[in-house]
Order: sequence, then C-alpha cells, then structure tokens
Amino acid sequence: MSRNGPLALVFHALFIAFMLAPILVVCVVAFTPEGYLSIPTTDWSLRWFRAIARYPEFISAFWNSLGLAALSSAIAVAFSVPAALAIARYRFRGREALTALFLSPLMIPHVVLGIAFLRFFTQIGIGGTFTGLVIAHVVIVFPFALRLVLASAVGMDRALENAAISLGASSSSVFRRVTLPLILPGVASGWMLAFIQSFDEVTMTVFIAAPGSSTLPVRMFLYIQDNIDPLVTSVSAVVIAVTVVFMVAMDRLYGLEKLLSGRGKD
Amino acid sequence: MAAEDRPGLAPYALSAPAIALFAAVVLVPIALTVLLSFHDYSSTEGILTVFVLKNWRELFADPYFREMFLRTLRISLWVTAICAVLGASEAYILNRMSARWKGIFLLVILGPLLISVVARTLGWALLFGGSTGVVNQGLMALGVISAPIPFMFTETGIVVALSHVLMPFMVLSVWAALQRLDPQIENAARSLGASPATVLRRVVLPQVMPGVLSGGIIVFALAASAFATPAIIGGRRLKVASTLAYDEFLNTLNWPMGAAVAVLLLVALVLIIVGSNRLIERRYQAVFE
Repeated sequence: MSRNGPLALVFHALFIAFMLAPILVVCVVAFTPEGYLSIPTTDWSLRWFRAIARYPEFISAFWNSLGLAALSSAIAVAFSVPAALAIARYRFRGREALTALFLSPLMIPHVVLGIAFLRFFTQIGIGGTFTGLVIAHVVIVFPFALRLVLASAVGMDRALENAAISLGASSSSVFRRVTLPLILPGVASGWMLAFIQSFDEVTMTVFIAAPGSSTLPVRMFLYIQDNIDPLVTSVSAVVIAVTVVFMVAMDRLYGLEKLLSGRGKD
Repeated sequence: MAAEDRPGLAPYALSAPAIALFAAVVLVPIALTVLLSFHDYSSTEGILTVFVLKNWRELFADPYFREMFLRTLRISLWVTAICAVLGASEAYILNRMSARWKGIFLLVILGPLLISVVARTLGWALLFGGSTGVVNQGLMALGVISAPIPFMFTETGIVVALSHVLMPFMVLSVWAALQRLDPQIENAARSLGASPATVLRRVVLPQVMPGVLSGGIIVFALAASAFATPAIIGGRRLKVASTLAYDEFLNTLNWPMGAAVAVLLLVALVLIIVGSNRLIERRYQAVFE
C-alpha cells in the first residue's frame, strides 16, 4: 500500500484544523473570565457556565428538546419497522415510489417543510403546540430511522423465522421473539441517529415552535441573531460536549461512518 | 435477498401506517403551501383566499428576488466546488492511512455532522469576528493577505462556513466510492510504469468520480436550502432564498409570498437534482458499457 507524501500530510493537517477550528473556538471562548467575547489566555473561568443557570429559558428549552427528540424518534422507529420489513422482503408495485416518498424529507428543504407545517398546523388548530412539534419531527427523522432499520432487515436471515413458524410459533410471537431481536441493532441505531437529528434540527422548528415551547437550537439561533456573547458560547459548549459523548458511544457501538452512510451494522 | 413470489397485500398493510402519516402530514401540507402561493395578501386583511398569479409574477419580474436566487445559486456552486476539491482529496489521503489513524480521523471529520449547525456556525462567527477575527490575524501573520478580508455579513463568509458544515457529506460519499476501489489496480498501473500523477488521473479519479458527483448533488442541495448558517453569517441584510422565505413569513407576515419563494426553491432544487442525476447516469452508463 502506498503511503502519503509530506505534501499530502500537510494538506491533511490543514484540513483537520479547518474541521476542528470552529468547534474548538466555541469551547475555548466559553471559558473566558471576561464579560465580552475573548479567548482566555491565562485565566480560565466557569462563570459563563454558571450563568446558564440564570437563564431558565435555555434550561427549559434543553429539556424540551430532549423530550421531543426521544419521543419523536421512538414514534418514527415504530412507524419505520413495519415499513422497512415490507420494503426489505417484498417486491411489490410501487415499492420504489414508496421508498422515495419515505426518504423525501431528506431532499425537501427544511424551510419548505417548516412553512408547510406552519400553514397546515395553524389551519387544523395545533399551531405552536408540542403535538405539532412531535408530528413534524417524526416526519423529518423518519428517513434516518428507516434507512438503518432497513439495512438490518435486508441482512436478516429469514430461515430463523421459518424455523420458528414450523415449530408452531404464532406470528406475533415470531415477530416479538425472533424478528425484533434480530433487527434490534438497526432499531437501536436508527433511534439514536433519529434522536440526534431531532435534537439538532433548527430550520424547520424555527417556523413552528411557539416562544414558550421552543427547542434549544431554536433558542440559541434566535439569541445569536440578536447578539453574540459568551453565554451562548457556554450553552453551545455544553451541547457540543453532550453530542461528543453521544457520538463516541455511537461510533463504538456501530461505527459512525456506517451509520451516517445508512448501511447500519455489518 | 429473499423476496416472496406473490406478496399480495402484505407489504401495503405493513407500510400503511407510514403511508397514512406521510400522506396526511407531508403531501397535504405541501399541497396547501403550493395553494397558498396563489393567494393574495393585504396588510390590513391578511391572507385573501383568491386565486391570483401576483406572487409568481412578482417573483420572476422583481430584480430584488432575482438577486436573492442568483446569490443562493452562486453560494451553492462555490460550496459544492470547494467541498468536491478538498473533500475528495482528503478522502483519498485518509484512505491511504493505517487503519488506526483512519478510524480516528474519520470520526473527527464526520463527527461535526452530529453537532448542532448553530454551534458550528457560531464557531465561524467567532473566528471571523469582524476585522479582528482569528482567521484574518492568522492569514495576515502568515503573509497570505495584507489587509483583513471581510467575512462577516459577506458571501465569502457564508461560503467558508457552509463548506465546513457540508464537507462531511462529500468526504463520506467519496470515501464510500474509494472502499469499492481495488488497491491492486493502482499497483498494477504503477508496475506497468505509470507515474503517480497518471495513476491518480487515469485510474483513481475516474473510479471515484461517481462518488464525487453524488456527494456534489447532496452538498449542492443542502447548500441551496441552508438556513441557519446564511442567517447568522449573512446577517439580516444579506439574504438567500431560505432566509428570504423566513422573513416573508415571520417578519413581513406576507405568507403567500413566502410560500411562493419556498415552492420556487423546492421546484428549482428538484429540477436540478433530477436533471443532474440523469446526466450522471447517462455519462457513466457510457463509460461502463
């Protein structure tokens, strides 16, 4: 196998610096002891992390985001399991069209979805409610859940199901005791990826979230639009830290690159 | 893969819940939005449920709107080009590393995808930070530039930040193409006397090109519909299509106009994506025949 030359390694170092710089700078500035944005050199302080406690809107938005992400990704997975089994096992008329429909939230700009949901929810009377947020988030995270459940359903050995059936198991116990355990890695990783997509979503949510029930990214976005101060860097640093923990866990469990390219666990 | 001969109604029954969900909360709302774009708006009476072409006519006639859409296109093309050149090179370099380093750097490059885009854009806003930003200080210290480049509230800034936000998609796509490449082909070309540059140009590049192109489509589509990054870096004045739609909806409250902007963005994107997919398929069919 040929090795990388020195020029390639310099490029690589610059590239990694480019990818990490904006994330690191947020985390470093969050520790500033000053009252304004600055890069701490000698003194590091936690004052801006403590300051978060004085802004209950960030804290309530954080819990709101967490609940929304957990609930909407669970619902999305529940909807995606039967759909994935149908797509993985059967050749039927409209199969390609259906797959395209289910993956369409990946391609439709979130601004368009936000506008469509805002108009629709106002018309049916659930504008600005948590229910509306959950429905909208189920739709946008559905493709992520579907792809990973699908990957594990395609790779599943049907002989095990047939063995259970021939041994007299009912179809519900075949699903519960054979099928579901076999596709569980896909279900679990699909839920995790859906969770993080919901937790990060800002573009669509900014249209439909009411000021009282906003999510954390929307709060951060609206706050930054008014002014950028160390408070929002410390909030972002917390979000980054939580995400990194989640990311490393996902990478250890399933391999990040497989999850993100939708191939699931090998 | 075990596919059954006569599926009957089973697949439809299994996917019925998801179909119902998508019909009710994707297809219906989008149809309503298209309809909304043909309604009229008056600042005193709000949305008037009439059928007019007024918004669409204005959208195509007014140079103000044309400028926004051209800016969106220009930014997306730049971001796609930058991601293609840098991302493909990095994926190639990464692929030649030892398994251990590969794993670590792949995590570093793909990880940012999971970090909130607001936090990542905030990072760029801090790095740009007017004329005193770290980026300008660094470039000036290195002698690359003599005067600070304005990044905040400029297209340049949006392009740099969006390239960072979308880069992982390109690396992922090229990386996937490289995994299908047999390293022995490269070695064969070398042993037959091809220079490394020739191997890269005649052997590696043609084989990873589908990866670069499909990554390019993803990056272009996401750049054209990006919202948070252009909103934060571009500020309130430098608008792109998606921030324009947002303004019409939540500041001007002219929902029909906002809906027209959104529908135009959607239609333009679908046409561009389907068109370039066709082109790529035709071209690569010719190569592999």
